[in-house]
Amino acid sequence: MEDDAPVIYGLEFQARALTAQTAETDAVRFLVGTQSLKFDNQIHIIDFDDENNIINKNVLLHQAGEIWHIGASPADKAVLTTCYNKSESHCFLLSVAPFAASLCSSFFSSDSRVVSCAAVWRMPSDWETGSHESPDESAHNPQTLELLCHLDDSTHGNAACVLWEPMGDGKRVISLADNHALLWDLQESSTQATVSSTATLEGKGQLKFTSGKWSPHHNCSQLATANDTAIRGWDLRTMSQIYCIENAHGQLVRDLDFNPNRQYYLASCGDDCKVKFWDVRSVQEPVKTLEEHSHWVWSVRYNHSHDQLVLTASSDSRLILSNMVSISSEPFGHLVDDEELSEGEELHQEDKGKEPLKDSVVSTYEEHEDSVYAAEWSSADPWLFASLSYDGRLVINRVPRALKYRILL
Amino acid sequence: MGAHWLCCGGLFWPPFIMDEGSVPVAEDPGRRRRVHGMLKLYYGLNEEGKAPEQPESLDPCDINGPHFDPELYLNKLRRECSLTELMDQETCMVRQIRSLDSDMQTLVYENYNKFISATDTIRKMKNDFKKMEDEMDCLSANMAAITEFSARISGTLQDQHAQITKLSGVHTLLRKLQFLFELPARLNKCLELQAYAQAVNTHRRARCVLQQYSHLPSFKGIQDDCHAIMDKLAQELRQKFRDGGSSAKDLSECVELLLQLDEPAEELCDKFLSHARSRLESDLQGLEAEIRPYPSTSATKDASVHGLSSTTAPGSPADGSPKNSSLPSPASNTDILEFIDRGCNEFVSSLCLVITSYQELFINHAQKGELASKNIPQMANGKLHVFVDDLAARYFMLVERRIQEEKGVGDNSLLVRALDRFHRRLQAVAKLLPGSAVPNKGTEIVIRAATERVKQYLSALQSFYMDSLTDVRQALATPRLSVAGTSVAGPASGRDAPTSLPELLSSLSASILNQIKSVLASVHLFTAKDITFSNKPYFKGEFCSQGVRESLVVSFIKFVCQSSRQFCETAGDKGGSTPPALLLLLSRLCLDYETSTISYILTLTDEQFLVQHHSPVTPVTTLCAEAREAAQKLLNHYVKVQGLIISQMLRKSVETRDWVNTIEPRNVRAVMKRVVEDTTSIDVQVGLLYEEGVRKAHSSDSSKRTFSVYSSSRQQARYAASYTPSAPMDTNLLSNIHKLFSERIDIFSSVEFNKVSVMTGIIKISLKTFLECVRLRTFGRYGLQQIQVDCHYLQMYLWRFVSDENLVHFLLDEIVGSAAHRCLDPAPMEQSVIEVICERG
Repeated sequence: MEDDAPVIYGLEFQARALTAQTAETDAVRFLVGTQSLKFDNQIHIIDFDDENNIINKNVLLHQAGEIWHIGASPADKAVLTTCYNKSESHCFLLSVAPFAASLCSSFFSSDSRVVSCAAVWRMPSDWETGSHESPDESAHNPQTLELLCHLDDSTHGNAACVLWEPMGDGKRVISLADNHALLWDLQESSTQATVSSTATLEGKGQLKFTSGKWSPHHNCSQLATANDTAIRGWDLRTMSQIYCIENAHGQLVRDLDFNPNRQYYLASCGDDCKVKFWDVRSVQEPVKTLEEHSHWVWSVRYNHSHDQLVLTASSDSRLILSNMVSISSEPFGHLVDDEELSEGEELHQEDKGKEPLKDSVVSTYEEHEDSVYAAEWSSADPWLFASLSYDGRLVINRVPRALKYRILL
Repeated sequence: MGAHWLCCGGLFWPPFIMDEGSVPVAEDPGRRRRVHGMLKLYYGLNEEGKAPEQPESLDPCDINGPHFDPELYLNKLRRECSLTELMDQETCMVRQIRSLDSDMQTLVYENYNKFISATDTIRKMKNDFKKMEDEMDCLSANMAAITEFSARISGTLQDQHAQITKLSGVHTLLRKLQFLFELPARLNKCLELQAYAQAVNTHRRARCVLQQYSHLPSFKGIQDDCHAIMDKLAQELRQKFRDGGSSAKDLSECVELLLQLDEPAEELCDKFLSHARSRLESDLQGLEAEIRPYPSTSATKDASVHGLSSTTAPGSPADGSPKNSSLPSPASNTDILEFIDRGCNEFVSSLCLVITSYQELFINHAQKGELASKNIPQMANGKLHVFVDDLAARYFMLVERRIQEEKGVGDNSLLVRALDRFHRRLQAVAKLLPGSAVPNKGTEIVIRAATERVKQYLSALQSFYMDSLTDVRQALATPRLSVAGTSVAGPASGRDAPTSLPELLSSLSASILNQIKSVLASVHLFTAKDITFSNKPYFKGEFCSQGVRESLVVSFIKFVCQSSRQFCETAGDKGGSTPPALLLLLSRLCLDYETSTISYILTLTDEQFLVQHHSPVTPVTTLCAEAREAAQKLLNHYVKVQGLIISQMLRKSVETRDWVNTIEPRNVRAVMKRVVEDTTSIDVQVGLLYEEGVRKAHSSDSSKRTFSVYSSSRQQARYAASYTPSAPMDTNLLSNIHKLFSERIDIFSSVEFNKVSVMTGIIKISLKTFLECVRLRTFGRYGLQQIQVDCHYLQMYLWRFVSDENLVHFLLDEIVGSAAHRCLDPAPMEQSVIEVICERG
């Protein structure tokens, strides 16, 4: 019953962006976007062979700039979005944005401007085969992503992240740019994007969305966003705010995630080192608060099928897997309130009502040596997850077997 | 004396002679030893004294030993010694023999003398006895003569004696008859004079005789007359009894007489009691009237609130007036002592009177007379108990109502004295009426009142504590303004001196301690020796341990910890509501509690109340642990709040600036100066309350030296690595290797109770924020250089605050490193230039 050792993969560059390849349900595959100001940025496609405990990687070039956020289409394996920073050269500045140049004195030869953009990309169709034939070559001579379309609207400012419609057909995305949420329709096999509706966050000061999440419930008509210390819910049909959790965290809210099985439950994390669980119907108090990390929590993720398993990543270089039974959809093991569960799963749950589990930290993973900015569950194997730290280290871990069997049996 | 001497002499004489004679003869050694022993015993030489120097030698050549064999000895001497030695030996022996002989002669002579004197004594005694015998004979002869005379006299007087007896019998009979004939007249006269007692007494004496001889017509007449008179008398008595106007003494006399007249006892009991009840009830009504004037609850409430507030005020430092100015409890117009006094004097004493007279009449009295047979005492006793219980219950109800109105905690002695009096007076009832439940109920009331009091004290203490905290808060708020005002003008620390943190702390803890002490003193009154109920087992045991120690002292300490911890929680994540200085102060307070105050208070309590721990009590260690936990929590929170304030500054400064297009650094940014300033003031603040703490050793010029190492070798290496486009791996490798050797840093971790640890915590939080913010930005060349300058500045000033300066180095290093990574054109500034800029300020 010894748990398998974690698998570690090192990237050459620093990295923050990590996602599971959502449309892929057979292979365990993660996408990592690197951050480098000096070299061409890359997207690493990490394949994990669970049986042999081996990692296969493929590298695609992302020449547009350093990647801050990455999202994989839920419908098409080959399609993904990135948010990236582009540093514009001096001359470009002069022509496009002369006002910026006027701020700088002329003797600054390196004068430039950094803008955040978002775009939809397609992976070249033969990246997989190429890598199998000559893995060495692929590292040296990587293929380049094919740009499908920009998700840019110069009036809306810097893009923070792009969200795909959960379980959708890959035709709708939302991008969060400064204080705007833009709902895009992708047409012509994603080569054209048009803004179908927008919502704007209004208030005093410079408001900025830091992150957001598209709810998989209510027919995918809801969005939750975070700005500063507040969490807001939006109705996408009317693009109006439906709820607001002011001061959800003492400091900046860093990330959100929806419970995949309980439609009103939302997890959030932030700079106050806390992870909070909310019932959006009553937002005065969090349902539950975790305080396990010793620095800012950058990412929180529910397991896609067993929502008691919650993964949090923090800049204290730790990854923590918690078992939040009491607020999961299966608090006593047999109370299944979600029709989406298959019958087979229901059977499992009926059996384990005997020994109710308590909310607890399952384990703390300390393989990282720098801040961990992202953690993701695999879309193919519910017991597998990856985490990415700033120094470019990707660690793939499994849920401890003892817990896995306890949940299943 | 003489006989004793004889006896001893008889025993010892022969062996003594024999001893001399038989020494040369080989005698059986056991006997010889015994004889020796006896001799020694006689002459007071005990065996033990000699034993160590002369252990029972078996050597036949030992001339003093019991096994001495002359032949052997002689042979030995002859064999071993030279002639001169033999000669010497011989003269020596002769000398010894001679001295022994003379000793013996002296002894014999002494014994002989004593023997002679004994013989003389015996002879003298014999003569005396003979004389005595003669006198005895003479005495017995005289006695015989006296006996004879006496017999003769009694014989002659016999006849006359019988006659005299008969005559005197006739005389008495005649007197009795006369008494009977005069009886009706006498009774009438008594009736007229209202001398009922005499009448009843007289009649009682005659009644049996009249009954006996009622078949004789003349006696019958007398008896009828008497009956008529007595009926009339009984009527009158009953009338008097019913009127009830008379005093208790009259009444009891009345009852006594009626009893003697064969009235049914039960009826009398009932009548007596109902009569007593009416009087006692009027007492009770009087008492109730004293409570009644303020029956409406609102008035009572108002009054009690007033009472509370006026008692808490005196304790606060502002108002030092002694609190015995207190409260003749405004709830009623008489204070409780007066009330109880009145209750005791009126109700309890008349109750006692009733009990005594009732017992006198119906129980003790009846037991003597013929009434005892009719079970009257039991019946009467039962009635009395019911009666007393009933009235006492009502009395208690009133007392309890009155006690409940006693809400002010100011002067406890009044209440205690009142309770004491109440309890003491009930003891009288207990003595009069053994087996009654009344005293127990009274004790219960006292106990309830005491527990209630303890509760009130607890809440008073709690509100006092909260008030003190509010005061501290205000004190913290006001000087802060003055500091802000003066710090601009210059370092004028003198102005806020009166309310500096340590003084606030000491005044706070002293005032709390004083309050606790005064409360303990007040509560202590309950167990004072001169208070009757302090002997009750409750007050000896449970009251001390459960009441005072647990529900007062321990609860209060727990409350302090609890409320302190609440500051960490209610303050919320914003941390705005509680001033950080208060957190620091409370943390120190809790820590002081942990180290000394708690054990001091508990020892004080235990000593004052001689707590015997029958039931398990909260041990000191638990409380200490709780206090420590609270202190830790507060301090952690303090670190968090202060760290957050500085973090916020740093974050704003990084986030709001356009780092790509910034000018070449000429100065350290103002924010950094502000950070250092704030850190210094925090350092001062913490230093006021916490000890320095240990830091890793460093030399005095630490900032310079380590900084040069930091920037020249390590950092340059990193920059160099990031320059070379051919080896992108190196960057990570280097930083990873570096990290491998540095320990993982927990940013928001628990801190220790000393200044250095607190400062380290705050600086850690701030710098880590700085780092994370830097990583989210992109820098131009001058942006990086500005960060370099800022970090160097921080390095110059922050190292002195932390326990391990390497920590600061590491974090700043990391910041500069990250900035370099995030830089579009990483051209670091010359170290010397940085230094110049920083030194310029």
